[in-house]
Amino acid sequence: MNGRIVHIASNTFREAVRDRVLYNLIAFALLMSGAAILIGQISINIERLVVINLGLTAVSLFGIVIAIFIGIGLVSKEIEKRTLYTVLSRPVRRWEFIVGKFFGLACTLVVNTVFMAIGVFGALLYVSHHFQTADGWVLVALYFIILQFLIITSLALLFSSFSSPLLAAVFAFSLFVIGTFAEDLRGFAALTQGFTRWLATGAAYIVPNFSALNVISSVAHQQPVAGQLIFYNTCYALIYTAMALCGAVLIFEHRNLK
Amino acid sequence: MKASRRVTVIAGVLVAGCMLASVALVHHLDQVRTGASLEEVLYIPSPKALKRMSLGYDGLLADVYWTRAVQYFGTKHRVGAKRYDLLAPLLEITTYLDPQLVVAYEYGSNFLAPAPPNGAGMPRRAIDLQEYGIRNNPNEWRLYYELGFIYYMDLKDYAGATEAFARGTRVPNAHPFLRLLAGQMAEHAGDLQTARMMWTATYQTSTETAIRANAAAHLRALQVDEDVTRLEALVASYREQTGHFPASFSELEAAGILRGTPVDPLGHPYKLMPNGRVEVRSPDDFPFIQKGAPPGYVPPEAPKVLPTD
Amino acid sequence: MAAIEILGLEKTYNVGFWRKKPKCALRPLHLAVEEGEIFGFLGPNGAGKTTTLKLLMGLVYPTGGSARILGMEINDPRMKAQIGFLPEQPYFYDYLTARELLEYYGQLSGVAAKERSRKVEAVLARVGLPDVGGVQLRKFSKGMLQRVGIAQAILHDPRLVFFDEPMSGLDPMGRREVRDLMEQLKLEGKTVFFSTHILSDAEALCDRVAIIHLGELRGVGRVADLTASVHGKVELVWEGTAVPAALRALGGECHVTGDTVRAVLPEASQDAAIDALRREHLRLVSVIPVRTSLEDYFVQKLQPAGAVAGARS
Repeated sequence: MNGRIVHIASNTFREAVRDRVLYNLIAFALLMSGAAILIGQISINIERLVVINLGLTAVSLFGIVIAIFIGIGLVSKEIEKRTLYTVLSRPVRRWEFIVGKFFGLACTLVVNTVFMAIGVFGALLYVSHHFQTADGWVLVALYFIILQFLIITSLALLFSSFSSPLLAAVFAFSLFVIGTFAEDLRGFAALTQGFTRWLATGAAYIVPNFSALNVISSVAHQQPVAGQLIFYNTCYALIYTAMALCGAVLIFEHRNLK
Repeated sequence: MKASRRVTVIAGVLVAGCMLASVALVHHLDQVRTGASLEEVLYIPSPKALKRMSLGYDGLLADVYWTRAVQYFGTKHRVGAKRYDLLAPLLEITTYLDPQLVVAYEYGSNFLAPAPPNGAGMPRRAIDLQEYGIRNNPNEWRLYYELGFIYYMDLKDYAGATEAFARGTRVPNAHPFLRLLAGQMAEHAGDLQTARMMWTATYQTSTETAIRANAAAHLRALQVDEDVTRLEALVASYREQTGHFPASFSELEAAGILRGTPVDPLGHPYKLMPNGRVEVRSPDDFPFIQKGAPPGYVPPEAPKVLPTD
Repeated sequence: MAAIEILGLEKTYNVGFWRKKPKCALRPLHLAVEEGEIFGFLGPNGAGKTTTLKLLMGLVYPTGGSARILGMEINDPRMKAQIGFLPEQPYFYDYLTARELLEYYGQLSGVAAKERSRKVEAVLARVGLPDVGGVQLRKFSKGMLQRVGIAQAILHDPRLVFFDEPMSGLDPMGRREVRDLMEQLKLEGKTVFFSTHILSDAEALCDRVAIIHLGELRGVGRVADLTASVHGKVELVWEGTAVPAALRALGGECHVTGDTVRAVLPEASQDAAIDALRREHLRLVSVIPVRTSLEDYFVQKLQPAGAVAGARS
């Protein structure tokens, strides 16, 4: 990676941190500790289940919201405030700017997730007093959640490269919801006939496949995650992210920055 | 001066390449986790909890579960599965989320009740599903028909079937054949004709492709059973007259017993065996036949249900 | 070699959502700026100055024509390392301090790490912000942001700087300082290209100016040459209250004040007017050429299009 991308990424990270993005961790900490105490009081035998389900779902939702709301502003805010002009009048290529912005937000989300993961494990320790080997799978679920963030961030960047921030947020969020049901969408497509089938199948394969990245409930039930699934999910998320980023670069490269 | 051509070409190629690769990977992923999204059904404590979690979008979620149920059964049925453990919970969740989804009850009577490999073999649960449906849609004649159908076909409980059909006749706008069926039960329970009537009714009134295909397969099987019985009787009477088995159907034709070469419902001529047996050309095409298959015939793992015409 | 060479650069935007109508932002523009000069790019608001600068910075793509900066293509990173750009009304990352911002821009421009902090401090002092390097930019006033904008444009010691409305948002003191700074840059051998709609700034600073209006170039040249071509006027003052009829015929405006008469006439009719006064034996008090300014030229150039309002700031 070249130096300029690193500088843009670290500046994006720094701005996000100073813009109090990490304050969400306070809300998360309150939620986790409150839940841990409450669950410890009332549930019998399903404390771990509830803590893992609740914790991972919260990690996922907090991150998705941050990814979308910061992601859509990454480019449009710089155009609006004309800071982009001072960046692009330097020896910085447009694609370097997009890629740098992406890595900056991705780093922010990873750091955020690491802190939240500590919270989840803390709550887990509180309710069950010791860790089990199966808790290792929670790490895999967290890893999959981070992969989801990468995809969502790249999509938010893609949409914000050609539409208004509000529309971009709507697009990105809709794709997140649709992607969560991607497997069912392929099921729907298989039930249709003729041209519709062809179209629906195409759409069902192109939307991000978040369903395979969501192993929260099976991990909560201490089910192992297949190594093959980890491998394919990793490849898929990286390739999908690269695709959305390249799309963003393609659009941004041709755009007149009025 | 223009947008960089190099960036355009590289990014364009990458977008196309990544898109292809991601589609291929999704395909792989689907194979790695067949039915994984269905297994979560096992983790859902109750349909009630799910309904609460759906935040009011229960109609949409019902459609999702309905699709899952159809996919689940269709995929497993195609490979000849012996167990369909998730079909009942999937249909129960679907109908809990949307109690007016009549096609789901219909699906339950056709595929939840019959014994494997053609169904989940849970007639009692299928009956509970219909009764639940009737409580929520008391004016839907179709549900009484399905209920009677299960009693008749899977439990051979003709009294139960009669009662169900009779209840159905009291519904406003009930289909006239319910009255017909209710009458038929007393005298002709267990008849081929009654079964044929019911399958025809299902075939004609259902809109669901899988249900229609299943009904058509049953109708064809009934036809084969009837043809084979009749032809074998003709062969037997010929033998009584001549003292030997006919070598072919043309011999029967020449003797004036038969007109033309008999064909099965798919249009293929029946085979006349040297020992006087009558067989269909390809028994795999008729998954539900009682007669007309060669001795020792083992049906394929997965019943071959041909699409309707 | 010309620092900036613009060959027929033009830009047409398609405006409107449904039926797109072409809107011409810049008609084919030909312009050359020599190295080492201060070049003023003048025009009323909306004349196409910012569009031209954006075209030169590679922020928008031209519909036609081309341009070379320092002999290199636009978008050539080697060229971009040697230029500085101040956008109109700049605004920066709120949560960075001035020092952090300049460090960041230094990194992007490829300023070597060991020189960076020295350069940042030097440039902060140069734009008059030596004590606020550690303050977050969201606490800066508009004028201070303008200074930070200038700082980032000259931070990496560029050969050529582009300023879009550098004086806007500054108080009179600030304007004076920016003027001095531009003159210093010229003394250091750098080329300065700046756009403005404030004529006095251009008149005081520029070696040459170009005048643009409604996307069209209306004139280029030295300030003195441009103003020379404007027909000058003279002011005649004589004693008494009488105005000779011959003088009225020359088309002068005459004002009688107390015991003198003042008339402003075209320069060409100066001799005829003096002759007329002599014939009447009126005593001439003074003959003063009225100074022709860039503003007159400006007004004259824009007159045909009938849009004078924007020219007076």
